[in-house]
Amino acid sequence: MADPMRIRAQALNGNIVVKVLMQHEMETGLRKDANGKVIPAWHITDVTATLNGNPVFSAQWGPAVSKNPFLEFTIKGGKAGDKVSIQWVDNQGNKRVDEATVA
Amino acid sequence: MSTRRDMIKSSAALAGLLAGLLPGLSQAEALAKTAFDAKTLDDLYKSLGLSKPVESKEVTLTAPDIAENGAVVPVKVASSAPGVVRMLVLVEKNPSVLTASFDVSPAIEAAFQTRVKMGQTSNVYAVAITADKKVYFAQKEVKVTLGGCGG
Repeated sequence: MADPMRIRAQALNGNIVVKVLMQHEMETGLRKDANGKVIPAWHITDVTATLNGNPVFSAQWGPAVSKNPFLEFTIKGGKAGDKVSIQWVDNQGNKRVDEATVA
Repeated sequence: MSTRRDMIKSSAALAGLLAGLLPGLSQAEALAKTAFDAKTLDDLYKSLGLSKPVESKEVTLTAPDIAENGAVVPVKVASSAPGVVRMLVLVEKNPSVLTASFDVSPAIEAAFQTRVKMGQTSNVYAVAITADKKVYFAQKEVKVTLGGCGG
């Protein structure tokens, strides 16, 4: 299991600003190791988010998103105490879900 | 070892799954499987079945003029155009131009920030696609002093 995400969800002017820091290598599949062998691609392909269980956000990523990806987006409406849940899936089928309470 | 082909298959399956799970987002069609393989901007637009994009002030792209470290380039894309269903972040001179695709639903604002890798100095594009297949973009050149894709 991958390391937990750091999620900050803040109510701001009637919206929720969500900032996520994921822990992931995001290997491109283009780099070579010391022996000249290609390091296989290993990166997050899909990110989804829910607000109180309702899907609100989805994204598809390629390998060119930076290592330990950062993501910020804004959910319209919502209030403090709501639950924001983020899930990512990588190209090796690993996944991780983390939840945060809107502050 | 998971090949690119497997990855595409599994991500396509997942996209299908998500489309079923997210009726609210279904107006944004699943991203074409080959989109992340596109090597040039023209290839990408073709694989997505899009017309040539039009430069527009309704799309904004915020990125540094000079990125000291190409491995971590902060990029912010936003659009004020009506009916935007998807936003893309493209780096023209990367091995694959498509970096990230964000689905825009009525529940969120069409504004996203993330960090991308850049191999060399290149134009970065923010592309907004509307429900009626209009394509708008904004671009900016980001100079990279240390590439992010070296081995």
